[in-house]
Amino acid sequence: MALIRELAFQGAQMLVVLLLAPLLTGFVRKVKARLLRRQGPPLLQPYLDLIRLTRKDVVLANNASWLFRAIPYIVFAGTWVAVSLVPTFRSGLVFSWSADLIAIIALLGSARFFLALAGLDVGTSFGGIGSSREVMIASLAEPAMLMIVFTLALVAGSTQLSTMAAFMVSPEVGLRVSLGLALIALLMVAIAENARIPIDNPATHLELTMVHEAMVLEYSGRHLALIELSAALKLLLYISLVGCLFTPWGIAGPDASVQAIAAGAVLYLAKLAAGGFLLALFETAIAKMRVFRVPAFLGAALMLGLLATLLLFVSRSL
Amino acid sequence: MMVVYALYGVAALLALAPIAIVLGAAPRTQGPVLGVATSVVYGASLIVTLSLCIIALLSLFEYSQSPSLVTLPLGLPWIGAHFRIDALAAFFLVVVNLGGAAASLFALGYGRHEHSPLRVLPFYPAYLAAMNLVVMADDAFSFLVSWEFMSLTSWALVVARHQVRENLRAGYIYLLMASFGTLALLLSFGLLAGPDGHYAFDAMRASHPPAALAALVLLLVLVGAGSKAGVVPLHAWLPLAHPAAPSHVSALMSGVMTKVAVYGFVRIVFDLLGPPDWWWSMVVLGVGGITAVMGVLYALMEHDLKRLLAYHTVENIGIIFIGLGLALAFKAHGMPLAAALALTAGLFHVFNHSVFKSLLFFGAGSVLNATGTRDMEHLGGLIHRMPQTAFVFLVGCVAISALPPLNGFVSEWLTFQAILLSPQLPSWGLKFMVPAVGALLALSAALAAACFVKAFGVSFLGRARTPAAARATETDSNSLAAMYFLAALCLVAGILPGFIIDALAPVTKSLVGFSMPHQAGVEWLSIVPIAESRSSYNGLLVFVFVVLSGSIAAFAIHRLASDKLRRAPAWDCGYPDSSSATQYTASSFAQPIRRVYGTSVFHAREIGEMPPPGATAPARLKVELRDLIWIAAYAPVAAAIDYAAEKLNVLQFLTIRRYLSLVFTALVLLLLVLAIWP
Repeated sequence: MALIRELAFQGAQMLVVLLLAPLLTGFVRKVKARLLRRQGPPLLQPYLDLIRLTRKDVVLANNASWLFRAIPYIVFAGTWVAVSLVPTFRSGLVFSWSADLIAIIALLGSARFFLALAGLDVGTSFGGIGSSREVMIASLAEPAMLMIVFTLALVAGSTQLSTMAAFMVSPEVGLRVSLGLALIALLMVAIAENARIPIDNPATHLELTMVHEAMVLEYSGRHLALIELSAALKLLLYISLVGCLFTPWGIAGPDASVQAIAAGAVLYLAKLAAGGFLLALFETAIAKMRVFRVPAFLGAALMLGLLATLLLFVSRSL
Repeated sequence: MMVVYALYGVAALLALAPIAIVLGAAPRTQGPVLGVATSVVYGASLIVTLSLCIIALLSLFEYSQSPSLVTLPLGLPWIGAHFRIDALAAFFLVVVNLGGAAASLFALGYGRHEHSPLRVLPFYPAYLAAMNLVVMADDAFSFLVSWEFMSLTSWALVVARHQVRENLRAGYIYLLMASFGTLALLLSFGLLAGPDGHYAFDAMRASHPPAALAALVLLLVLVGAGSKAGVVPLHAWLPLAHPAAPSHVSALMSGVMTKVAVYGFVRIVFDLLGPPDWWWSMVVLGVGGITAVMGVLYALMEHDLKRLLAYHTVENIGIIFIGLGLALAFKAHGMPLAAALALTAGLFHVFNHSVFKSLLFFGAGSVLNATGTRDMEHLGGLIHRMPQTAFVFLVGCVAISALPPLNGFVSEWLTFQAILLSPQLPSWGLKFMVPAVGALLALSAALAAACFVKAFGVSFLGRARTPAAARATETDSNSLAAMYFLAALCLVAGILPGFIIDALAPVTKSLVGFSMPHQAGVEWLSIVPIAESRSSYNGLLVFVFVVLSGSIAAFAIHRLASDKLRRAPAWDCGYPDSSSATQYTASSFAQPIRRVYGTSVFHAREIGEMPPPGATAPARLKVELRDLIWIAAYAPVAAAIDYAAEKLNVLQFLTIRRYLSLVFTALVLLLLVLAIWP
């Protein structure tokens, strides 16, 4: 009985993230538009886009291989599994022990690996430029992310997200320099990983950004829908990650009451809204960076992460 | 008893060499006869290596408590040749013979394309035998003889295609580095044996050299075994020699022989040398970290498929050495559980790398056979022409990039877990070193993924860049069988890592006195290195989840929405170009990374030549890379040797009187030294 209940929670989490992800994207777009004094598309526009895309035929380039057709599903599955393991409104998910934070990051890495291959499959210059820049950005963002994971794991004494989230609420945490550094680094990495301004621009592929959107240029129909949904899921994942690690308040424990879970859900929505609003604000306030400024930006994140880890090696209380 | 059976196997392999010569050199060496010789040699090698593999597995699981020993009346007259299979040797025998069996199976198909099989066939089984002997040797003399035999047979295989000048140069450099490495090993064994010359490993194990001497031994072993394994800066021969050999031999050299070198290092440092000092681990960790990052950066700049793979071996050796270094650090500080974790991580990576590197070299060999080139800039679109090879090569790429749910990820995950235990280490040097090495490891993992996006994407995806690539055909079924076998192994080791960790338990127990917690009993076949609240990973569940959610998504969308598909020209923002030269090439793909890392590491420069308007000369873009390690470490030595040889040349043209006086002076000088020596 308990197992069924746990499975139900795990399933609920999977559905919740899937259903919320497009809404979050729509919310960010709406806020950005309002900040620019535009009306902006309706909040639910991403859902309508996805439905329309899945109904359309796929127009496949003549040269596209079987791999090209499989990749949207692989990317979607990898991202979905990763985001399902991040505690959102209730921690201690039944499968949370099957992958720790390092494995979740690596799952996202797998998704990116395949997406970068998709950019090269048709054999166009747009796809190539997107892939090559994506892996360049990833080559800095991934180690930075791992350094952040190291910092958090050393503080919490675990790489399990549930344990980490539980530790972060406990009074033992206190204010630490290393956590501050890790938070800044994590925000920088999250911006890069989600192809947001100033690293990349999710709204276009025709600027000189040409990273993520250029890489998926040849996709259409249901394939494109899956890729867009994966991108939305990834954004949700990073905001949830920041939420559960740095603002862990209100996440219901494994044996919490219904009220606590409901409160957790409301708080989670509030966290998502706050994260989305801040992201939109930041994106509106800052200008896009030149591609070869990106290494400096991410290098800074990497150094911050390394510094935070070093501090923890030197003293457990920093 | 096991060791005797294993030696029979080795003897069978050694006997195959003359058989190959007899079969191949029979009068009228025409196609059919050579075909028979090829089948006989590789078929027999396959059977023998498989049996050896079974023997090794049996010794690992059944008889690991009591090592089996045998002494043959060969070698040095007063000690004989000792052979022994303990847990460590058994594990490496599994690695060697698994790689050997896969390579033999692959060669049953691939070997038929060999132009001059007689240059390969006799040396191949001898090479396999030599690697087995190194792992089984239990005294310094048989170890070194087997080691040299291994170097020489592999050298013969490197220069099998001697018509290509490059290969001869590769062979020459390989021979130099191999002799240099053996010299270092010889000296280290000399120091271990002490003035009384106890050459049997048993005697060395019993006597611990003083600290200063032990440190010297460590450095010598790092040079000796490290040069064979390919640690930076002793890696220079590896990307030259490994690709020069036929592909199945490249797979053995990269996937297996480097592991034999790792075996040598582990055997001496963990087993024979006695309790470690804490600073040893600093040296090993530093070497490992630099090797990992340099290896992958070299690989990223490389456009020759096989050389890229060889450079990647350098990277993986670095990862293995990071694991070993951590194990040394924990062992020195009396943290046996953590040491067992780190050592397991390193040895697990030994196994993993031997599997996926062999797989990738087989794939590269199939591509080479199908297209006649190893240059990625001349490939492209092979996924359409060689779908099965493309699939298995992709599996290898995912595995080597340390991505879940395949095996490469598990060993790197274990290494990360070991790093996360290291703040408990008391020494300050390590406190600063370990996080830095962790960052280097993370960097190398990310760069490896980038590198294999390039390797797979440019060779197999896109459009064919040359007619040869457009005409490629799928490789033969034997080769495919070998590759599928290894690909399956990558998946199994990735989703059921607990069994391999358990198999490594006797090894770590014998070397650091402890083993990781038993994994087979953990629920749902997860792996839990220390405690479940701390970290756990379940490759099986991750794999099942990914497959399930991908299939559900595919099924739901196809059923509920649309499953229609239309083929059309590529979109490319409305300007598709039919010329395949408009695709991204390997060098253009690597350009952003070259700009970020290469400007400092390789002094990379781009030189653009733009002719003035109206001129008919073509515009050119040249990239200049400088191999700083070669310039700093190798070129001066080569120049010094050249200079000395030039100056000493005079000595070759002396009269008999002068020679005699030279000999006499030398004698007097040496006697004087002896007289003055305290």
